[in-house]
Amino acid sequence: MTDPVQQEQIIGKRRIRREDPKLLSGENRFADDLVVPGALHLVLVRSPHAHARIQRIDVSAAKSMPGVVEVFSGKDLESEWAGPMPCAWPVTAEMKNPAHYPLAVEYVHYAGEGVVAVVARSQVEAVDAAGAVIVDYEELAPVLELEEAVKDTALAHEDLESNTSFVWALEPNPEAVDAAFRDAAVTVSERFVQQRLIPAAMEPRAMVVVPSPMGGDYTVYSSTQIPHVLRVMLALTAGISETKLRVIAPSVGGGFGSKLDVYAEELLCLALARRMRQPVRFTEERGEGTMATIHGRGQVQHIELAANADGKVTAVRVKLLADMGAYLQLVTPGVPLLGAFLYHGVYDVGAYSFTCTGLFTNKTPTDAYRGAGRPEATYAIERAMDSLARRLELDPAEIRRRNFIAADKFPYESVAGLVFDSGSYHANLEKALDKAGYSDLRREQEQRRAAGNPRRLGIGVSCYVEMCGLAPSRVLASLNYGAGGWEAATVRILPTSKVQVVTGTAPHGQGHETSWSMIVADKLGISPDDVEVLHSDTAIAPYGMDTYGSRSLSVGGTAIYLATERVIEKAMKIAAHQMEVAEEDLEYVGATFRVKGSPEQQLPLAAIAFEAFTAHNLPDGLEPNLEASISWDPPNFTFPNGTHIAVVEIDEETGRVQLVRYIAVDDCGNQINPLIVEGQVHGGITQGVAQALYEEALYDSSGQLLNASLADYLVPSACEMPSFELDSTVTPSPTNPLGVKGVGEAGTIGSAPAVINAVVDALSDLGVTDCPMPATPERVYQLIQQASSK
Amino acid sequence: MRVELTVNGQNKAADVEPRTLLVHLLREDFGMTGTNVGCDTSSCGACTVLLDGESVKSCTVLAAQADGRSVTTIEGLASADGTLHPLQRAFQENHALQCGYCTPGMVMVSMSILAENDTLDEATVREGLEGNLCRCTGYHNIVKAVLAAKEEMGAEL
Amino acid sequence: MYPSSFEYARAATVAEAITMLSSDEDAKVLAGGHSLIPLMKLRLASPSMLVDIGRISDLSYVRKDGDQIAIGALTRHRDLETSELLAREVPVLSRVAGQIGDPSVRHAGTIGGSTAHGDGAADLPAALLALGATMVVQGPSGNRTVPAAEFFKGFLETALAPDEILTEIRVPTGFSKFGFQKFNRRAQDWAIVGVVAVRSDRTNVSFINMGPTPLRASAVEERLAAGASVEEAASVADEGTSPSADINASVDYRRHLARVLVQRALSELG
Repeated sequence: MTDPVQQEQIIGKRRIRREDPKLLSGENRFADDLVVPGALHLVLVRSPHAHARIQRIDVSAAKSMPGVVEVFSGKDLESEWAGPMPCAWPVTAEMKNPAHYPLAVEYVHYAGEGVVAVVARSQVEAVDAAGAVIVDYEELAPVLELEEAVKDTALAHEDLESNTSFVWALEPNPEAVDAAFRDAAVTVSERFVQQRLIPAAMEPRAMVVVPSPMGGDYTVYSSTQIPHVLRVMLALTAGISETKLRVIAPSVGGGFGSKLDVYAEELLCLALARRMRQPVRFTEERGEGTMATIHGRGQVQHIELAANADGKVTAVRVKLLADMGAYLQLVTPGVPLLGAFLYHGVYDVGAYSFTCTGLFTNKTPTDAYRGAGRPEATYAIERAMDSLARRLELDPAEIRRRNFIAADKFPYESVAGLVFDSGSYHANLEKALDKAGYSDLRREQEQRRAAGNPRRLGIGVSCYVEMCGLAPSRVLASLNYGAGGWEAATVRILPTSKVQVVTGTAPHGQGHETSWSMIVADKLGISPDDVEVLHSDTAIAPYGMDTYGSRSLSVGGTAIYLATERVIEKAMKIAAHQMEVAEEDLEYVGATFRVKGSPEQQLPLAAIAFEAFTAHNLPDGLEPNLEASISWDPPNFTFPNGTHIAVVEIDEETGRVQLVRYIAVDDCGNQINPLIVEGQVHGGITQGVAQALYEEALYDSSGQLLNASLADYLVPSACEMPSFELDSTVTPSPTNPLGVKGVGEAGTIGSAPAVINAVVDALSDLGVTDCPMPATPERVYQLIQQASSK
Repeated sequence: MRVELTVNGQNKAADVEPRTLLVHLLREDFGMTGTNVGCDTSSCGACTVLLDGESVKSCTVLAAQADGRSVTTIEGLASADGTLHPLQRAFQENHALQCGYCTPGMVMVSMSILAENDTLDEATVREGLEGNLCRCTGYHNIVKAVLAAKEEMGAEL
Repeated sequence: MYPSSFEYARAATVAEAITMLSSDEDAKVLAGGHSLIPLMKLRLASPSMLVDIGRISDLSYVRKDGDQIAIGALTRHRDLETSELLAREVPVLSRVAGQIGDPSVRHAGTIGGSTAHGDGAADLPAALLALGATMVVQGPSGNRTVPAAEFFKGFLETALAPDEILTEIRVPTGFSKFGFQKFNRRAQDWAIVGVVAVRSDRTNVSFINMGPTPLRASAVEERLAAGASVEEAASVADEGTSPSADINASVDYRRHLARVLVQRALSELG
């Protein structure tokens, strides 16, 4: 007989999002939508030069323009700052970190750096006045390319003696690496370029700082991923007590890492609101955002593999040049480190070595962009594995089979010092091959080649593992990161038995309100509709480490789960007291406490909630109210993994690459809401495909960004993308009680190498072994020409 | 200059500078902030509204050009009681939005796609969406949603 | 982005528009605005006055006039795309118009605006050039006609005087067969290279974005007229062109694309 109060399973069911009705009807508020009476508008005059000395600033004409309230140079505002803009990740003790202020004072170090702040009554008046500001510059030689920067023939920062910010190495067993290469039957050596990408969240950054009428208190509304971190950093940098700052992230229109930062404009709005005692707002225009918001990637990778004659990889050696851009933003230097442990990918290799040189250039600062370090690592190893397969004339799938970390080896201690939690890499691969119809595709490829069909077919395989669930605080400490990796949650059962969840995560499209309500509802045996989720306001959720690095579910969701458990424990005490039984005789099922073995003796959670509220009859010593707060520090990272397969067609005559099919099998552990999981994978794949085929921040020889608009920077549209074919495997993570791993970045990590492997595969019979990203039609056409003329 | 127009069936008027764009008129003069600005080159489509029933990019239309005409924005789709339009519902049911910033434009251009095509297939929907960029969804679920709405709405259009 | 300030005047008739234009030498004509407003937002154009001709009611039409099709300057791309008359008589224009920009752009942009803007990278001017269209232009001293071959003068420069307005475009019928190839990386983007080929008793071919103006592929046309094969004609397609390099393509690659796309466009003619 089924138990009548057996509760319904909520976790794992597809559930439409509660966030959507407001977003679908224009009722939600993004930062630029907020109406703030009396708000002044900030517009920045930005450097047109990549590297220059400021000779003269003339703001007199601008000051007399209609609507202009004040115009400030960097010098005018020097006294506003308690310190330079923050970098929270000094990866080495010796790391060079040039002083970086919200407005440049003497020198500018990238095109787009703010030089003058114009404050006017309306944005249009501020824009007009900014056009009347005159700045004279003495141009200096810009440092633009990494392989030049490392030679120090010109300096990006005139007062640093070198362009090298840091050298960071992970060399657990250098002798073993040397030995493996000495003894190798085959070696592979590749150089890959991770081009700079522009994150291009659809919502440009926007913010408004509202001072209290008498001054002293400030509410900061910003389109940020990190309201909590931002509050701390604004307090320290602007010299304002943390207690006087409330940071709210309203609806945030995507981030992808680009809003995981502390920006000059946030500091300027705050300082100017303090100085002028009036609200100040800033909304970025796309054409400046492409220069003033961080970029992603920007690396030159050298990867070497040593292998025996069977294709078993015995060592991986990586040397990386990483582009910091002009300044170190919040976590700029740490981005390569997030990949440093993963360049051996999903493979069981004997020996490993990684070194990274972080270099300054006169370009927009880089920082975390979806995947942050892990797409780069996956790209290098997965491209190199294909090279190895070609050397040994093995199928790309077969070379991977021979090297996978076997399913029975988990938890697996990696050669780089990580402990991979769980996974079944073979299962991912076979499932993906099966779904793709791999052998049929290979047959078709053969047929097309035999027939000389100018529409070439290419099949690319990529297997990945990433580390997310950032992060165990002690591990972060060992990497010199300036903060912890915990997450906070509070769960309250309100008097009417509705539930309030307060989370330290800060969603900006991920659907946390829906998923968090499902976790709590599933545990409590109630409807998710009865759970409200509060977030992204430091006055409501004072503790939090925010949302990035696929951490929110595995760390924040776990905190919520544990807080819910703790609330049930407390309720159990009250129920036992009310029912006059021992706690261990009670069980909690379907929102009801009942006596084991005699389920007719029961009390509903609602009754206990009300008892806890009235506090009329609680056990001695028990505090009123049903509430629990947790700060959870994960004991380990989580390690999502998967296999992606891209199928491309290449038009031999023009070089155009068309992505025709995309198959992804991902293991993100247990899934809370598969609907949202799939959406994350779709979007992630598209950003990786965009890197492979469409996007690159292009600079000319003077350091000008050539594609600063969305007309020129090719974010792909629906016409360039196929529908995706998704599946999953599930190996629950033992790192957290939900068994979850995270899925925000997985698609991006798996996809770029799958696509480029497919491009190279399509041309491999011509002898093509590499194609730089993005695989533009012209590049691919040239590869075909060069190969054919050999 | 004075502009008078109908927005979501209501008569509206404002005194504006000639250089005011339709999107600014909607957002700043009428407080209708559902229509978003995502670029400055008519590329992203976040600002898409219907002008006399057809999709346009309101960042590339002067308020003066909309004078005397009829504009429909994302705020005008749901019924007065809050019931979502079938297209909005299809977006929710198919998880066709994540951050929601491109969504008003996606929905409004999809209204045109639905109105202009008696039958729809995936390729037609993708071509119809070519001027609207989304950074979150990879378009997969947006395409599904528009096809589902067509199915649902059928002969209504 | 906001355009610089300007004065705005709405004309009820073409004559009124011409008077307004004559009053201010920095005035510009506003039709659909989809060539001009983007430039003004980036402040690459800052006219002192816009003369809005968008409300002139009798400038939007597609009608048959003898052996020509007359198209009003304010006819939108969408109207060209869906015109049954055009689909029957000059199908190439329907096809080309249907691939300009994106649907929302096509709901606003006009054939007159695109043509008067005279961008060598735009699709319609090249199609009109291939068709040997005639531009009907009205100015202070009356109407004149300009053949397409004489209309596009240079980079964003046409035969229009500052106080003249393009009112109608006349297109010959008889080009029932056509080929159209537009090569770009994203569907919404301008053509990296495009080719329009039309055939009646002769074959005309024109290029999009192979020079500062739309260009006739004279070398191709001559070879075809002399009886060369499609392959032979296409192999010299880039002769006489002057493509520029930009972030999307080098000069050499554009020349190569021109040859490939001409071959494909000609093959579409059957």
